[in-house]
Amino acid sequence: MTKFVKLSIAALALVGMSATAGTLEDTKKQGFVKCGIDGGLPGFSEVVSGGVYKGIDVDGCRAIAAAVLGDASKVKYVSLNAKERLAALQSGEIDVLVRNTTWTQTRDTSLGLNFAGVNYYDGQGFMVRKDLGVKSAKELAGASVCIQTGTTTELNVADYFRANGMEYKAVAYDTNDQVVQSYENGRCDVLTSDASQLYGLRTKLKDKENHIVLPEIISKEPLGPVVRQGDDAWFNIVKWTFNAMVAAEEAGITSENADAMLKSDNPTVKRILGVEGKMGANLGLNADFAYQIVKQVGNYGEVFERNVGVNTPLNIERGLNALWTKGGLQYSPPFR
Amino acid sequence: MAVYKQKEVRPAPASTKGAIHWLKDNLFSTPLNVAMTVVSLAFLFWVIPPFIQWAYTDANFAGTTRADCSGDGACWVFIKMKLDMFMYGFYPSEEIWRLNLSFFLFFGLVAIFKWSKNIKIKFAAFNIYLLIATILFIGGIFGLEFVPTDKWGGLMLTIAVAAVGIICSFPIGIIVAFGRASELPIIRSVCITYVEFIRGVPLITILFMSSIILPLFFPEGMTFDKLLRALIGITLFQAAYVAEIIRGGLQSIPKGQYEAADAVGLSYWQKMLLVILPQALKVAIPNLVGAFISLFQDTTLVLIIGLFDLLAMVRITAADSSWLGMETEGYVFVTIVFWAFCYGMSRYSISLEKRFDTNLK
Repeated sequence: MTKFVKLSIAALALVGMSATAGTLEDTKKQGFVKCGIDGGLPGFSEVVSGGVYKGIDVDGCRAIAAAVLGDASKVKYVSLNAKERLAALQSGEIDVLVRNTTWTQTRDTSLGLNFAGVNYYDGQGFMVRKDLGVKSAKELAGASVCIQTGTTTELNVADYFRANGMEYKAVAYDTNDQVVQSYENGRCDVLTSDASQLYGLRTKLKDKENHIVLPEIISKEPLGPVVRQGDDAWFNIVKWTFNAMVAAEEAGITSENADAMLKSDNPTVKRILGVEGKMGANLGLNADFAYQIVKQVGNYGEVFERNVGVNTPLNIERGLNALWTKGGLQYSPPFR
Repeated sequence: MAVYKQKEVRPAPASTKGAIHWLKDNLFSTPLNVAMTVVSLAFLFWVIPPFIQWAYTDANFAGTTRADCSGDGACWVFIKMKLDMFMYGFYPSEEIWRLNLSFFLFFGLVAIFKWSKNIKIKFAAFNIYLLIATILFIGGIFGLEFVPTDKWGGLMLTIAVAAVGIICSFPIGIIVAFGRASELPIIRSVCITYVEFIRGVPLITILFMSSIILPLFFPEGMTFDKLLRALIGITLFQAAYVAEIIRGGLQSIPKGQYEAADAVGLSYWQKMLLVILPQALKVAIPNLVGAFISLFQDTTLVLIIGLFDLLAMVRITAADSSWLGMETEGYVFVTIVFWAFCYGMSRYSISLEKRFDTNLK
């Protein structure tokens, strides 16, 4: 009996010790980043043949691994659904969640989480047939709208049409697949969902060229990486990993020219790549952390174009996700 | 002496044999049956030709990319290209031979069960097989590379979850059933509480508990394998149902059997294991197999805790942006696989019933 008690105390002490060490030290010790993703979302986190993960969210995980461990492949992916994702982060099953999670006030505060940035500005949009001749969502009065039930999408549509004094008829379904099917069969004029999803759904249609996504975005869905509250060092690392990707695009550093850029005279480039200054040391990382991110994963623009850009099946324009200098919202505080 | 001469056997009257008679007897015996037959045939004519056209005539079999799928039919290229994912999930491709080996060894086990009469050999072979299969699946010793369970998926995960659930829940269920039928009040009430508690919650709740709530009780940073948590949940759940089925079997055994066993001086365990349990299990076979089939189907619920079984693989593979919109093909494929497994199990149940039928009814 006493032996058992001693053992339990020892075990508890061990657990306590490992819990008090920071996430950065734990990650370095175990040699991989525990990253929560969805796993089944086209363009964001999908599995291609051979069980390889790819997508914007996956590249976020890889960038963190490149920054912390110097190797983008040192990631342990944990596939999570919408219900368990936050609990998994709180319980320490994962150390960072990059799973198209909307940054809301409640999540950022009372749930004990910190949003480290926005890797995709999303919002709810509408898709219609081209031959309807509709150019704006304001012209949709009297339309029938296919919606997935039980989502904020449904509420947003109701708000939008009421705010604009328009009538509409909701045609609600349980799953996204049913929504697409009935839209294709002409049961409704409009299909609504998050814009990033709309592009994915459009590729499922037989005559996808004949459908357009309207320019109006009726809700704000900033999606970003999330960490636990209470570990500021780790929070900073995740935040500046994503900033580094945007800053690299601003400075014109790509995965191809990263090596050449090391010899650049531009002081901003030098600071980002760790040739000058102590940006890495400030975070407790190697001086070349941003170089590793850009070299192995790419800058923000490269990641976007590779996974969801106009040359992928999703065919999404940069839009809000363009750099601030090009009319978008992606903006990195200065590396200084 | 009168000799009995066997008369020639005459053929049955034409009106009581042959296809026409069978049709008359089974499909067109009453006006209601006639109507139902016509309606069913119409339904089949309405459903089957379009399905065959979609699944075979217009379908695409050749090729390697989505672009090879032209036309309106099914795109079986998708299944062909993603078959590895459906079968093995994320299992490292250079280690897949281990899964295939355990699959082929299973036939060896079946052969031993078929040809050996000795129950001890069967039992030993079964346990050795389980040990080998576990080592092959997980690895980490004998120079086999360790494959963490988050790499498991597809049919292999479905089978692993179902097999662990079935094999582990069986002995637990038997013990709980004994406990529930026990005369010791504490044991009995513990067992009743366990069974009634588990049966009072849906499996999905137990999975949620094991996957989401449980880790919150642990100190931060301490986690243990998600699949293991799910397996424990599923086993505990299934054990309660197995216990109830076996208790039903126990109750069908006449009291005289218990008394006879007591009278010849058998101990409690001898009585239960040698006299009562074999008879009770025989009675319980159909219900047990029914419960195991439904467990096999319930394994698809692990999707909600982020494990990718065969069904969930459809979602994953159809989310590959170069293969969007292939859900239908995936679901048809998964339907066929599930049907094959469940039908196989139910046929096995029938053969067991026949084998153990002692005609005591």
